[in-house]
Amino acid sequence: MMDGVGEKTQVSKQNPGERVKNFREVSLGYSADEVLREASRCLSCSNPSCMEGCPVRVDIPGFIKHIKEKDFDKAADRLRESNIFPAVCGRVCPQESQCEIYCVLNKMGAEPVSVGGLERFVGDWLIKNRVDESPSPPLSTSGGVAVIGSGPAGLSCAAELIKNGYSVVVFESLHEPGGVLRYGIPEFRLPKSVVDSEIDYLKRLGVEFRLNVLVGRTVSFSDLRRDFDAIFIGSGAGLPYFLGLPGENLNGVYSANEFLTRVNLMKAYLFPEYDTPVRVGSKVAVVGGGNVAMDSARAALRLGAGEVHVVYRRSGGELPARQEEVVNARGEGVVFDYLTNPVEFLGDGEGNVSGLRCVRMELGEPDSSGRRSPVPVKGSDFVLDFDTVIIAVGQGPNPLLPSTIPDLEVSDRGNVKAGRDGRTSLERVYAGGDIVTGAATVISAMAAGKRAAQSIHEDLKT
Amino acid sequence: MNEILSRERVHSEAVLLEVRSPLIAQSYQPGQFIILRIHERGERIPLTVADVNVEAGSISLIFQEVGKSTKELASFEVGDELLDLLGPLGNPSKIREYGTVVCVGGGIGVAPIYPIARALADKGNCVVSILGARCDELLFWRERMDELSDSFYVTTDDGSCGRAGFVTDQLRDLIDGGLKVDRVIAIGPLVMMSAVSGLTKEYGIETVVSLNPIMVDGTGMCGSCRVTVNGETRFACVDGPEFNAHEVDFDELFHRHGFYLRQEELSLKRYLEACGK
Ligand SMILES: Cc1cc2nc3c(=O)[nH]c(=O)nc-3n(C[C@H](O)[C@H](O)[C@H](O)COP(=O)(O)OP(=O)(O)OC[C@H]3O[C@@H](n4cnc5c(N)ncnc54)[C@H](O)[C@@H]3O)c2cc1C
Ligand SMILES: Cc1cc2nc3c(=O)[nH]c(=O)nc-3n(C[C@H](O)[C@H](O)[C@H](O)COP(=O)(O)OP(=O)(O)OC[C@H]3O[C@@H](n4cnc5c(N)ncnc54)[C@H](O)[C@@H]3O)c2cc1C
Ligand code: SF4
Ligand code: SF4
Ligand code: FES
Repeated sequence: MMDGVGEKTQVSKQNPGERVKNFREVSLGYSADEVLREASRCLSCSNPSCMEGCPVRVDIPGFIKHIKEKDFDKAADRLRESNIFPAVCGRVCPQESQCEIYCVLNKMGAEPVSVGGLERFVGDWLIKNRVDESPSPPLSTSGGVAVIGSGPAGLSCAAELIKNGYSVVVFESLHEPGGVLRYGIPEFRLPKSVVDSEIDYLKRLGVEFRLNVLVGRTVSFSDLRRDFDAIFIGSGAGLPYFLGLPGENLNGVYSANEFLTRVNLMKAYLFPEYDTPVRVGSKVAVVGGGNVAMDSARAALRLGAGEVHVVYRRSGGELPARQEEVVNARGEGVVFDYLTNPVEFLGDGEGNVSGLRCVRMELGEPDSSGRRSPVPVKGSDFVLDFDTVIIAVGQGPNPLLPSTIPDLEVSDRGNVKAGRDGRTSLERVYAGGDIVTGAATVISAMAAGKRAAQSIHEDLKT
Repeated sequence: MNEILSRERVHSEAVLLEVRSPLIAQSYQPGQFIILRIHERGERIPLTVADVNVEAGSISLIFQEVGKSTKELASFEVGDELLDLLGPLGNPSKIREYGTVVCVGGGIGVAPIYPIARALADKGNCVVSILGARCDELLFWRERMDELSDSFYVTTDDGSCGRAGFVTDQLRDLIDGGLKVDRVIAIGPLVMMSAVSGLTKEYGIETVVSLNPIMVDGTGMCGSCRVTVNGETRFACVDGPEFNAHEVDFDELFHRHGFYLRQEELSLKRYLEACGK
């Protein structure tokens, strides 16, 4: 351990026994003292390697320097220059594979600076201390842009455009804006009040939101092309994948999207105060190993499931989920069944799921992703009893919108083809985020939205 | 937004609301539905568009009061607003020149079948309509349907109007009587659609049903609405709601419909108590 930098300042959390009984945020965030202590660990590198890992290139030493000076106002301004959603990103970015992994402290045998923890503090400070902030929206003289989808990609595109003087209308099919931030990531990880506040800032900047509009049905894509100078498509990867196994439509088998949408967007955890129900039984299986699986498993625990298993076909080292959430899930008592793959859903004869027939897996040769690919062990079938199964094996692009745009080029998997600059095969039509890359991360979607906004600006000003 | 322009009691268990929604009225085609939410704590409920008035910028919804949400919606009055209204959703009904089309509407299913029957008639098809209900009092839009149909039949379970029996009895008689049927479209309770499907399968008559599984988003995002059609999983909200009846796994749909029964009962009980009923 290197002298001087000391140990990473641990962030306080609700204790596991308590937090599994509520939907309040697990992490309590740094106090003002803690944030100063953690900030003091940063070496203010003149050639900061941490920034390379951040898709939007947050000026990490810059904002941390302002924290050290206790000037949170300046820290906030510095953050917002590159990231309009610091309170969201501080909470949900996989820092261990983005910014923090590149922190120079790693090389010195110390733990990296908690960039996420510091960012979250400043984001929260902003929300609390600048409620009345009313930025004067720039005069919109440059033209009008339609943004389809109000997830991170669409919102960051909208923010960048409005700052450049465009009038921006965001179309969203759901009744609330935010995309996955709203319907996917649960309250105990990302409070909806935080999402509201950060979106509110965009509204104050002058971004107009039209909710309950499904582009392709309520209004057509050609209507938008007629009415706007440019269009950004940020419709995400909302189509849930299923396993395609017998018995998958039995009662009690949910897609993670349905389960989480009921819980988060529709607030089913407050049923019957809220009208939308959700059901978990006494023994729940979640199939998958990413963030979506962790969120589903932990939500199920909080809804009163007796036992929750994550059924994952690879081993613990390959879990794609954000590290902190795996640790939290374990702490809360989620059981991990590794190297286990379902082959059939079993029913109780009355239409309800009663278990999973699984096979054992072993790790073979590395696949294209570099991870060792799991192969089934012959004759290793066994049965696990479950009364609820949540499938979290990934999402694809929803074909609805692209299918209404005749000349738009899409990949075999249905993703809209767009360059790094967001340009698509159609003139003045741009795309970014999960609809282009497939399911990725919040901040990479935001980076894509921002780059597309810059292309739009280049193309429209000429 | 989404203001209620007129309200009418259709029968003792159903209400018609005309709601302002110029965008939906303009884009709507027969066979499509909307999803609405009545207030902040409300669930998203799907209802078929029964009629539109493009000039007035309004759509008409007819719904049966079956549970908490529909009972609460029935208490809304002219001038009230629905918090959220999304649509039109689903694929439009395929309106072609088929020849003779039998339109079977059971119970509340008369509302969604009406615009489809009208479009089929406008297209030059010979439209034969069969409306069914438990009793006379629960029949509605008889004149409207009669007017657009080349021939028109009514059945009631108790014989209080038209023929005593089920819509399938009438349909079988027509077919056995020599009516050459090119296509059947049936909308109503699951049992009815399933029975019609069974019947026309015997005769090899192409049949379409409009399915109503439990939905959440209505945009293909959640998979709550999945149904098995021809052995494959389809999402009713984006792949349907109309499907080839002979390929639908009705048993599975029955089961899936009942998944939230206990919660639905609890919700309704609480609501009725709060209303002092
Ligand atoms: C449960 C869950 C947990 C996750 N956890 C993390 C995490 O911890 N960290 C992280 O970095 N990433 C996480 N991710 C991934 C991350 O949320 C996504 O990569 C990111 O949200 C993608 O942003 P987007 O703007 O491209 O799309 P989305 O967030 O999917 O937003 C797309 C929006 O477009 C709307 N839309 C779609 N079609 C239409 C249309 N035709 N008309 C109008 N509106 C339309 C949708 O309703 C939606 O609101 C998670 C994802 C899920 C599902
Ligand atoms: C595409 C589509 C179109 C529809 N169009 C109409 C319409 O035009 N008019 C109309 O009256 N109803 C229609 N429905 C059904 C309507 O959505 C439900 O009746 C309503 O959601 C019930 O809500 P609730 O809270 O009042 O009752 P709940 O308490 O949710 O349910 C009460 C009873 O209704 C049954 N039920 C629940 N959900 C549905 C459903 N999706 N479909 C059928 N029965 C259900 C339950 O099994 C239960 O027996 C449609 C459904 C779909 C999916
Ligand atoms: S936005 Fe995300 S990746 Fe970038 S610095 Fe902040 S936490 Fe790290
Ligand atoms: S690399 Fe680490 S120590 Fe250096 S500036 Fe970035 S966060 Fe600070
Ligand atoms: S209702 Fe969600 S996919 Fe159909």
